[in-house]
Amino acid sequence: MTPPRPARKQIHLAAHFPGVNSTTVWADPRSGSQIDFSSFEHLARTAERGLFDFFFLAEGLRLREHAGRIHDLDVVGRPESITVLNALAAVTDRLGLAATVSATFNEPYELARRLASLDHLSGGRAAWNVVTSSDAFTGENFRRGGFLDRNDRYTRAAEFVATARELWDSWPEGGERRRFAHHGQHFAIEGEVTVERPPQGHPVVIQAGDSDEGREFAASAADVIFSRHSTPEAGRAFHADVKRRLGRYGRRPEELKIMPAVTYVLGETEAEAREKAALISRQQVSPQNALLALEQVWGRDLSSYDPDGPLPDVDPEPDSTLVQGRVRVADPLAVAARWRALSEAKGLSIRETVVEATARHSFVGTPASVAAALEEHVATDAADGFILVPHLTPGGLDDFVDLVVPLLQERGVFRTEYTGTTLRSHLGLPAPVWKGGTP
Amino acid sequence: MTRVRPLHLAAEIAPPPAGPAPGSAGTGPRTVAGTVALARLAEDAGLDFLTHDDSFARPGLDALAVLARIAPETRAIGLVPTVTTTHTEPFHVQAAVATLDWVSRGRAGWRVAVSPGADEARLFGRRPAPPAAELWQEASEAAEVARLLWDSWEDDAEIRDVATGRFVDRRKLHHVGFEGATFSVKGPSIVPRPPQGNPVVVVDATRPAARETAARHADVALIRASSPEEAAALRAELHRAARAHGRDPGLLRVLLTLTADLDARPGGPAALAGLVADWHGGGAVDGLHFVPAVPERDLPRFAAGVAGPLRDRGLFRTAHEGATLRDHLGLPRPVSQYAPKGADA
Repeated sequence: MTPPRPARKQIHLAAHFPGVNSTTVWADPRSGSQIDFSSFEHLARTAERGLFDFFFLAEGLRLREHAGRIHDLDVVGRPESITVLNALAAVTDRLGLAATVSATFNEPYELARRLASLDHLSGGRAAWNVVTSSDAFTGENFRRGGFLDRNDRYTRAAEFVATARELWDSWPEGGERRRFAHHGQHFAIEGEVTVERPPQGHPVVIQAGDSDEGREFAASAADVIFSRHSTPEAGRAFHADVKRRLGRYGRRPEELKIMPAVTYVLGETEAEAREKAALISRQQVSPQNALLALEQVWGRDLSSYDPDGPLPDVDPEPDSTLVQGRVRVADPLAVAARWRALSEAKGLSIRETVVEATARHSFVGTPASVAAALEEHVATDAADGFILVPHLTPGGLDDFVDLVVPLLQERGVFRTEYTGTTLRSHLGLPAPVWKGGTP
Repeated sequence: MTRVRPLHLAAEIAPPPAGPAPGSAGTGPRTVAGTVALARLAEDAGLDFLTHDDSFARPGLDALAVLARIAPETRAIGLVPTVTTTHTEPFHVQAAVATLDWVSRGRAGWRVAVSPGADEARLFGRRPAPPAAELWQEASEAAEVARLLWDSWEDDAEIRDVATGRFVDRRKLHHVGFEGATFSVKGPSIVPRPPQGNPVVVVDATRPAARETAARHADVALIRASSPEEAAALRAELHRAARAHGRDPGLLRVLLTLTADLDARPGGPAALAGLVADWHGGGAVDGLHFVPAVPERDLPRFAAGVAGPLRDRGLFRTAHEGATLRDHLGLPRPVSQYAPKGADA
């Protein structure tokens, strides 16, 4: 066994429950329920067996629609996150429990109370992934309706998080609760909180935005960034940029962990892993999904095209409202140009182009080569850890935990046991500074 | 043929808002293990369900969170948190209750309540608390949209049809298009139809302002009464109102809510058991919702001294026969409002 090398930068790992998009393969005999509690229990127990930092749930507040009809090609339907995590607290002991919850369609008092309750009921394992929503489409399910423009989304989110922290600080553990009053641009509230300060002080705050405002918000307020940069170059640039911003807020680099969402495929040999990866990509991009992916970029009805034929000659419709309930392609003309170039260079059909352009796996190889690549990413500051997104529910992380985690441990870059009980301790984050006055 | 009307027993487990009485058993803050122990005790006694009260002004953890936390550590007992409708989002509330039904495998209920206080309104800062009649009007709409959203996924919406690449049959997912006085919801829900179809709706009908909501939407109505005659009259009134809304009154259970300090009454448990047997036998109520003064002390006494004797007399179940809260209450699993007519045949 390799001797311990304590100076090595440690890797943080999280398990993402498979989402409602084409990454999740449902047309596989091993694919289980996306909604039964047993699926959540299986994946959470697997993550805890693998000594992961936390388990992560995404959020959806309106079913996706395409051309005015509910999208029917991908897994759809999921539970309300915080409620599932409270139940998972009963069947896990150390695993962090992270819920994605919108700052747009919630109110600080209620959400701060729900997150504090989760932190109490899990013994200090709660995390909140703060997201914002801007579309009127999602707003149609909520009282406030409508939408916020991009700037207001972030000012509301920033004020929301700051307000939640004020609330968490207003009833010191073992002390007397005191009145709070917050009067800001977005919220004017006052009263008394009814839940004692959470065991972690504040639940861990995760942030996922990648825009300039998102990065600044993360640098000022987040403990973890859920990023999308899975290549080493993009990851290092992002890492350097965000960590540079921390100084403005008096924070040290280790106080914010950057964890990109990544996928992986394991094989006994490199060749077998590549074959499996190609097969999974074809499962993820069915002929119907290939046309749909194309329509999402083109913003046009392309249902008459042959998925095994060439890309359309017509240009995208940049202002299309064809796609609702998911992130819009930012620059459809540029994406279309890239896809055309890819198709022409390699002689690819529509489906092959979509596979090549969208269904890439971040890490493909033997357990040893994947472990080495993960370590390399973290050692070179392309990331501080990873949020693993399996393609199968609920067994999609079994092989990673059985085969890769032991190798990371041998390399001395991943814990061999939980040393703390709270998520904050797993992530090596300092206790939040008390801002509630003299306790 | 006469059918014996089953007796239903339920109990409240939230820590009393004022905290434990000085010197009483079970002092100090409630631990998770303490809540689990109480729930298991009630479950072993055969109770239909537990309620957990809540409000934004009441000290303590979020009720739905507490019951979700204990769901995997219990197996049969129904779990009914109070969730208010005045300052919350109806879409979030129905999703959370549906999720409680999923994590408990069909044991969830929802006690619909409102937030009348100005202090609670200031915690949200969105609007002053309206008068009680408007609050309950809104609660009715929240209950109505919850049922629509629970039904917005038909049971067989998920098809996983590899040949056509379709995971769901979109014809079985429905926009609800609800327009209420204070909110609107487009739908469908994000949560697939829960195991019970509709989790059990409970309404405390003590206050007249809440009775219309109970008559329209409740599967279980809670009442308070000081005599069997008064209870019988309230039950009859609720049945009449339910019928007026086109509902089958036979599907509305009416339970007497009784706050009792079993410590203060010599022979208290035996007297309470006698009262329940009499009122239930006389047709005044369908059962009892017991609110212990001190749960840690009074629930064990209730289990041993009330539920036990009623069971011994053959009036109460010896064990849970069904798996869901609807099973315990003798309520059928409803067909989705959106299912084609005759689909349940």
